[in-house]
Order: sequence, then C-alpha cells, then structure tokens
Amino acid sequence: MIPLEWFLALSAALFCIGIYGVLSRRNAISILMGIELMLNAANINLVAFGRFIHPNVLTGHVFAVFVLTVAAAEAAVGLAIIIAVYRNKEHINVDDMDLMKW
Amino acid sequence: MSLINNFPFTLQQIVFAGMAGMVLGSAVLVVTVKNIFHSLLFLALCFFGVAGIYLSLNADFLAGVQVLIYIGAVIILMMFALMLTHRVMTIRLRQTVGQWWLAGPIAGGIFIILMLLFVHIPWKYNPGAQGPTTGIIGQALLTRFLLPFELASIVLLVAMVGAIVLAKEDKPDDPA
Repeated sequence: MIPLEWFLALSAALFCIGIYGVLSRRNAISILMGIELMLNAANINLVAFGRFIHPNVLTGHVFAVFVLTVAAAEAAVGLAIIIAVYRNKEHINVDDMDLMKW
Repeated sequence: MSLINNFPFTLQQIVFAGMAGMVLGSAVLVVTVKNIFHSLLFLALCFFGVAGIYLSLNADFLAGVQVLIYIGAVIILMMFALMLTHRVMTIRLRQTVGQWWLAGPIAGGIFIILMLLFVHIPWKYNPGAQGPTTGIIGQALLTRFLLPFELASIVLLVAMVGAIVLAKEDKPDDPA
C-alpha cells in the first residue's frame, strides 16, 4: 500500500514546479503549460483523497473530471487570446504586453 | 533471497516512485528547457506519468481520460498555437522574465508550507476495495452531479465559441 503522504508530496512538488514556471517564464504559452501542471497537481490530490478517505464514493473522481473540462476550456480560450495578441504585436512576451496599462 | 525478503518497499511503491520521478523530472524540464517545443514534448511525458499515478490510485477512467484529453487535445492545441506563433519559437530568445530569480524562493516557500501542513495531520484511512470506476462515475454524473455536468457542457460550448471568435481574423471589408 502506498501511503497517502507520498501522493500529497508528489502533488505539492508538481504544484510548486508549475508556480515556478508561471512566475519565471516569459512566453505566454509556457505560462499556460505551468498552469496545466498546477491543474494536474490538484487532480492528483483530489483522486488521492478520494481513494484514501472515501473509497466508495467517487466524488473526487467526478470533481477531477470537471477540473479536466475546465482545463480544456481554459487552454482553448487562452491559446485563442495568445494568437490574437500575436497577430497585433508580433510577439507573445508577457513582460511587453502593456496594451491595457494606460 | 534474503535481500528480496528484507527489502523495505513493495513493488507497488517502487513503481509509484518510478512514475513520480518521471513526472517530477519532466515537469522540471518543462519549466527550464529553452526550446518551447521541447518543453511541450516534456509536458506530454509528464501527463503520461500522471496517468500512471492515476492507475496506481485505481482511477482507470481518469487515466484514460487524461491520455485522451490532455495528451490528445490540450498538447495538440498548444502545438498548433506554437506553430502559428513560430517566429517566437525559432529565434533563440531569452525565455525568462526579469524577476525570474524571485520565482524559485516563492515556489520553494509554498512547497515547504504545504509539506509542513500535511505531515503533521493524522490522516484517517478508510480502507475499501475499488473496482472499475467508469460505471459509477457515469451514474454519479447523471444523478447526483447532473446540474454541474450540464453546466460543464455549457462552459465547453461557450469556451469553444469564444475561442473561435477571439482567434478569427477580422477583415475590414467583411460585411458580417
């Protein structure tokens, strides 16, 4: 049997790697990748708690399915915004995006 | 033989450790590699590892969905976006923002706080066998979670239409 703490440690580490990616990267697509890593860490947590605390009620699984849905929608809208920005500014560097800063 | 009998970890734990190492190693490469395309491929490897973690948690349906949606849809979508903004990809630009050195301490601090939070809690395990989960998830989605399920479909529809509207090129002489 794998202890619950191993899963929690894994998802905490994955979440923090995602945070590092979001904070340090300059390309907007890399930032979306960091967000996907963080969503995956949250999903591991949900499924692990569901497995160890309430193994007969699959609420964790159902919630993970919803997180997956929202992640797919977020990726689609985020990439559409990135493409629209690229069409206007010829780059997607987040530290040069100041169109709304007036 | 005595080495095998005295080995402190079970086979399950060794497999978990291997997959966790794959997930964390490829995740670190995702956020550090300079070429964004390579970083995207490492992200796919990381998602495969997470699917393996789901399998070790008896979540067979989620493991399949992880491969289908994340690797089959999200990674492909990102690959398209990367190709469409190819000038960013081909030129070897600096990939980090000016304050990148702040990111490490912040992420490490959050990690330490999270670890301190959960190592001191005495978790009450509820032992129970889990069989195949797909049927149970389907029943839960159509009975207890019917309203969130329908809302999720609306979210997907709105996101799809919104993405098309955002990414569509508006031509000045277009009457519509």
